[in-house]
Parts: sequence; C-alpha cells; structure tokens
Amino acid sequence: MKLKMFFAGSGGQGTLAIGQMIAKAAMDEGKEVTWLPSYGPEMRGGTANCTVVVSDKPIACPLINEADLLVVMNLPSLLKFEPMVVPEGLLMVNSSLVPEKAKRSDIRAVYVPADEKARELGSGKAANIVMLGAILKETGIVSPESIRAQMKKMFSGHKAKFLPMNEAAFRLYLEGDSAPS
Amino acid sequence: MSKVLMKGNEAFAEAAIRAGCSCYFGYPITPQNEIPEYMSHELAKAGGKFIQAESELAAVNMAYGAAASGGRAFISTSSPGLALMQEGLGFTASCEVPIVALNVSRGGPGVGGIQPGQADYFQVTRGGYNGDVRIPVFAPSGIQECVDLIYSAFDIAEEYRNPVVIFADGMMGQMMEPVELPPKKPIADDAEIARTKPWAITGTDAHEGRNVVFSLRLQPDVLEAHVEHMFEKYARAERELVRYSTSNLEGAEIVFVAFGTMSRLCAEAIELLAEKGVKAGLIRPISLWPFPDAAFDEIGPEAKVLISTELSMGQMIQDVKNAAAGRWPVRLISRTGGVVPSSLEIVDRALKHLQEVQGK
Repeated sequence: MKLKMFFAGSGGQGTLAIGQMIAKAAMDEGKEVTWLPSYGPEMRGGTANCTVVVSDKPIACPLINEADLLVVMNLPSLLKFEPMVVPEGLLMVNSSLVPEKAKRSDIRAVYVPADEKARELGSGKAANIVMLGAILKETGIVSPESIRAQMKKMFSGHKAKFLPMNEAAFRLYLEGDSAPS
Repeated sequence: MSKVLMKGNEAFAEAAIRAGCSCYFGYPITPQNEIPEYMSHELAKAGGKFIQAESELAAVNMAYGAAASGGRAFISTSSPGLALMQEGLGFTASCEVPIVALNVSRGGPGVGGIQPGQADYFQVTRGGYNGDVRIPVFAPSGIQECVDLIYSAFDIAEEYRNPVVIFADGMMGQMMEPVELPPKKPIADDAEIARTKPWAITGTDAHEGRNVVFSLRLQPDVLEAHVEHMFEKYARAERELVRYSTSNLEGAEIVFVAFGTMSRLCAEAIELLAEKGVKAGLIRPISLWPFPDAAFDEIGPEAKVLISTELSMGQMIQDVKNAAAGRWPVRLISRTGGVVPSSLEIVDRALKHLQEVQGK
C-alpha cells in the first residue's frame, strides 16, 4: 500500500495542517510517512501546498509526480493541479470557494462546501476540518480515532474551547451524508 | 523508544541539545529559522545558552570563543550565511577548536532564493577560508540520518579538534518524517571539561599554567609544522570518516551519484527505470569530505555511465570524475536556483545519457 496525496490551498486555510494530521495519524498507526510543504514567504494569502506520502514500506522519495488524492481548497489550486491526479484517482474540492467543476472525466470528484458548512457550525476557520472529515469518509486512509487523538493535542490548553466545534466539523461528513460527487 | 513526526529543523535542534550542546549562536535566515526559534526556548531548559547574534560573523565568532573555553558550540545557517561564516571556520580549524555548523542550504549565488539547493558543495568541501584547511562534511538524505549525524558530529569535532559541517539541503529542514530521538547526554561541567579538554581556556584554577588558543604563527617553519600536524589529523579523517551507502549497484548500467534530496529522487528514478527494464543503481556519498572514493570500487562490470545528479550546475561531479579515474564516462543531471526536478525528468535525461555513451 502506498498512497500519494497533495493538499493545495492558500496560506491561513489550514491546508498544511490537515495534511500533517493525516501524516501523524498514519504514523501512529504504524505506517511510514513523509510530509513536505511548499509555500511562499507570506503568512496569509500566498500559496500553501503539501505532499503527504503514506506507505507500508520505507518511502524512497517525498516528492510526487502524480497524486492518488488531490484536495483543493481554492480555485487556483484546482486549475493548477487537476492534471496531477492519477486516472481513477480522487479529487476533493472545497466548493464554497471553487465555483468550477473538474474538467476531467477519468477521475472521481467530490464537492464539499467546507467554508459554508463550517460557518453554519460557528466559524469558517473549521473549513479544513470539515474537509478532513469528508476525506476520511471517502478514503478511510486513517481511523477517525487517530485523527481525534491529533485534534485533542491541537486544541488543548487555551485552545481547548475550539475542540467541540471542530469535533462537530469533523463529524459532519464523516458520520453524516456524503458530499455530492 | 517511540517515533515522533518532527519537522527537520526542529529535529536537528533537538538532536544538538541531546548531544550535550551547551551553547547555540544563530542569526535568522530561511529555510532554517525553526532552529534558532526552537533553541531559543528549548536550549535554556536543557541548561544551555542561546544567543541571537547580530550577524552570521558574530555567531561564528561567538561559537569560536565559547568552544575555545570548552563549550559544545553549535551554529546553523543557510547558504549566504555560511559564506559569511567562512572566516570563522578557517580560524577555528587553525586554532583546533571544535564546533559543529549546520547548513540548511538554498539556491544561490548571492542572496539567491529560499528553495532547496546544493550549490554550496564547493563552499562546504573547498571552503572560502584561507590556508590549508579541511573540514569533514556530512550530507544526510533524511531526517533520521540528519539527527544521527548531528548527534555524532560533536564527538567527531572534539576528537579531531576541528569544525564539522552538516550539509542538509533546504528540503530536509522543511519536511517532516518520523524520527527516533537519541538519549540526552548531559552538558559537560567544568571538571569534565578540564579533564577531557586540557587545551581549553578554562582558567588557571582548572589547569596548570597558561592555555592559549591562537592561529598566528609568524615563523614559517613553526607554521609549516602546525599545518603538517593538522594534515596528520586529516589523513586519519580520510581513513576513519568516510561514510556512504550504495543501492542496486549489482548489474546496474546506469550509476547515479547523488546526495541529500537528489538521492531521494534518484531512488525513485531507479524504480521507474526498472519498470522500463533498465537497471540503475545509486552511490550516495554521506561524507562529502572525505569523499567516498571506495564506493566506486563496488560498481559492477555492466556499468555504462556514471551520472552525477545535483541541485547545482555540477560541483560534486569533479569529485565523481576523480573517483571514477577514467573507468567510466561521467555525465551530469542538474537543476539549480531552487528548482527540484521530478523523478520523471531524471529518468528521461538518464536514458538519453545512456544512449549517448552507447553511441545510439
């Protein structure tokens, strides 16, 4: 088993964070993992992408040419990275910020209105966690409990008050209806 | 011990702390800023001293002074910063003062860019310091290896009483991989320093008479004798510090020579070439000086071409040609300026080189 994933968005959307949570959860489950970020010098607004590889065997290279799973959190990411999805691969789109559909018909696309759903729960900042729940529902790459263990660490101390909302965001698609394909 | 997922730069800083580093001096530069940031809050907790210097020149010279008085000094920077530190590295080598320097390198020349580069190969193996100096240089290809190299670098530096450089390209600093951290060594106290470093400037309470650390030797024969003494150490380093790994060399027609990030890409290119029915192998120098010439004796009779694969316009290729000693044609695959090629590009260019040497 080797799964190559690419997460793309803009700085501040938490795109790198969900890639990191999946990598940590997979490591806790005994898998080999690499997490490689790529971003500009900006704190917010610039491009922010990361590559995550999860495998049963040692990972030769943390850089990828093609992705089994591509997650796009904004429109420029869809336009730029759609070609890197393998045929039959999975594309997950934050449809709140991406008004367009995938151009390719040889991949499966799932549209998650992540920002909209997060705002309904109380804060647009949890959009990435809404997406994370949907990713787990579609791929089963790691167990929800491994992710919950990460969330407990992330939202601890003075951030503990954010945990219930993020848990709700995580559960939304994981335990609810599937997002439209 | 369980593994933790750590960003390279933070793991490197923690490795230094666990190696008993007693003092760190740094000046911010991307892509290694997590190191001084981490040291600023963690080193003091471990009993060490952190200072943000006013420049790279100050940082290296603070390390020079701290190590001359027996400290386990660590500095980190990135390419243009290391250029500024060159004088200090030459002086510490001349003075036989052990320090460990980490270069998380980026694209050059000049201020250049902030993406990964390996065009510091000449800078770290040939140096910008004056005089007859050699500095052991180790280049990791993953975070665990970098942690292990930093952990042992302090012992090597002190054994040889010479600076040691760890050359980790920018991708190593920014990526995350699972890592098992080594046990924490205590910071040496004054009595321990007096016992293990009788040359150190620790005050006359600690040692008989006066210790002096200096590099000025005006008498040519005295200076020559000192350089010859340094070169006895360097001859020993050439015997004892050679580190490399090889993979898939048996039956390989193409032999890549690559370190750091490029060796990871070559490992994938080798898998892709195997799918096309082409056997390729890899020599991965870990010590860049001393360069692992011995690795080339493991190349099989099927080898048609050696390809130095670098994130520079071709610097290591000089050492590769020297080690190959005319036994195989040597070619170059390179990208520079912070551009990292895909493994597909490496496959494509490697096949072209193979065809070219076979006269096709």
